[in-house]
Amino acid sequence: MLKIENLSVHYGGIHALQGVSLEVPEGKIVTLIGANGAGKSTTLKAIIGLIKTSGGSVSWNGKSLAGMPTKDIVESGIVLVPEGRRVFANLSVDENLSLGAYARKDKSAVEADRARVFKLFPRLDDRKKQKAGTLSGGEQQMLAVGRAIMTRPKLLMMDEPSLGLAPLVVKMIFDIIKEINAEGTTILLVEQNAKAALMAAHFGYVLETGRITLEGEGRQLLADDRVRKAYLGEAL
Amino acid sequence: MKTRNTVLTGLAIAIFALVLWLADKNLGGYAMRILNLSAIYVVLSLSLNLVNGFTGLFSLGCAGFMAVGAYVSALLTMSPEVKEMNFFLEPLAPWLARLTLPFALALVAGGFCAALAGLVVGIPVLRLKDDYLAIATLGFSEIIRVVITNLQGLTNGAQGLKNIPKFSTTWTVWGVAALVVAFMALLTRSSYGRQLKAVRDDEIAAEAMGVNVFRVKVTSFTISSFLAGVGGALLGHMITTIDPKMFSFMLTFNILLIVVLGGNGSITGSVIASILVTVLMEALRFLDEPLNLFFFKTNGLPGLRMVVFSAMLMAVVILRQRGLMGDQELTWSGFEKAGLLPRSKKGASK
Ligand SMILES: Nc1ncnc2c1ncn2[C@@H]1O[C@H](COP(=O)(O)OP(=O)(O)OP(=O)(O)O)[C@@H](O)[C@H]1O
Ligand SMILES: [Mg+2]
Repeated sequence: MLKIENLSVHYGGIHALQGVSLEVPEGKIVTLIGANGAGKSTTLKAIIGLIKTSGGSVSWNGKSLAGMPTKDIVESGIVLVPEGRRVFANLSVDENLSLGAYARKDKSAVEADRARVFKLFPRLDDRKKQKAGTLSGGEQQMLAVGRAIMTRPKLLMMDEPSLGLAPLVVKMIFDIIKEINAEGTTILLVEQNAKAALMAAHFGYVLETGRITLEGEGRQLLADDRVRKAYLGEAL
Repeated sequence: MKTRNTVLTGLAIAIFALVLWLADKNLGGYAMRILNLSAIYVVLSLSLNLVNGFTGLFSLGCAGFMAVGAYVSALLTMSPEVKEMNFFLEPLAPWLARLTLPFALALVAGGFCAALAGLVVGIPVLRLKDDYLAIATLGFSEIIRVVITNLQGLTNGAQGLKNIPKFSTTWTVWGVAALVVAFMALLTRSSYGRQLKAVRDDEIAAEAMGVNVFRVKVTSFTISSFLAGVGGALLGHMITTIDPKMFSFMLTFNILLIVVLGGNGSITGSVIASILVTVLMEALRFLDEPLNLFFFKTNGLPGLRMVVFSAMLMAVVILRQRGLMGDQELTWSGFEKAGLLPRSKKGASK
């Protein structure tokens, strides 16, 4: 289980996270929603050690992650799919997937997962040797998700995996998220697509300018008036 | 198709060796020197390509590491008498004055000392990005030069070293170049090579996958320094005199030019460009001499060669922005696709 308490992050003078507390229990899908600039990406980056925190604590199965280098955090089983299609542009699709499995030692399972990614995204299968930078935007996002599947972490954190994808592909990605979760991977999902995220998630948090303002079970939040007005764009 | 490609590669190497052998027998010393110089440039450009092209680190410290390698290897191979002749202003430190090692050992020692310098410089400097890294490595390279100029009792200062044993024979330099090409080919195709390229393409994503970005950078930089040291040592043993002025920024610039011309991130590109540039630099030398074309007379314009050369470079960069090869390699399967080889039945692998 991942437990964040009172987490605080400063960017120069900007107080981006102002005491965020949240929990991701083992085996669950937890989602973090919020407006642009609320601090969602910042939260994920702070967990994985890509940015310095200025207060609070992050613990993973009882162990503090404070001050640990990113690669050690990854080795302990947490992986981040960063926002914005960060594929390795000059590497082929295949090589990108191999890098996803970088920290893994179980060779045969890696190949099984590669086959699985290709089955999920046949478009990638047809483009194995193509450079990732020449894929279409949607294909790159599929590759980023595929690469995340290859990491097989205990906790997978995804930053807006559905960004810029056609509705059908978005649905597919949410199905995949549920599927890998059912196979035992805990998921922390950051999404703009609040409705889909809350429907898929067991538990949700709403982040507003660096503070958690609401939390609850996914479906319960979906029904909440404030959420419906602010994040689902429904007129009440 | 692996076997076919292996056979073809073996054949190509054999043919090249034969050409070298014939050249060595029939060409004069001057022509051989140019040919061998291009082998040294192969080593140097691959060293720079490893950091610039494959790891995406804009480093300009090449000449500094070359100087380290050249001085170490020269000092370790010169005989005590030659050393005494060289160091007439201030005697060489006694422990070094009597030491003479076999060439192979000295060459590796030169590489190792350069690698050590790379490690020491790399650890603080590789936290910087892009232009800052370029400036820091450039600064380091100049510092090395100043240090060498002032360590009279170890390097003979500004006088430099003369009568360095001429160990860089055709077979030595081309043998080393072949080793380095093979090493680079293996390295860049290994999973380690994949990490280098991942760091180059997207540091944050690589880090998020668990790649130790900083260590990858330091390792790549250190290996590159080693290769630059070996290249510098070979150069010293070829022209037999070295002095601090030789290792100025112009030297780094020449190597950078080869890397860009051949294609950042292409091994075959660097090899082709090394030979092309070295040969052209010499072939165009006539431009600096008095010219007498019937419509056009000059009485010697030193530098015209560089003007023409730079114009050619600009043309290549404008026409092919990513160098001759981009980041592609010449491969047998590439020849096959171009119709230069009979097609094999199955799609060719590398
Ligand atoms: N490197 C940085 N330097 C300065 N400010 C930053 C930096 N990164 C983020 N911020 C600021 O911190 C705040 C939170 O940013 P963050 O990226 O976490 O938002 P987000 O919730 O992920 O938004 P979005 O949904 O648009 O991706 C924003 O106001 C942003 O401008
Ligand atoms: Mg974000």
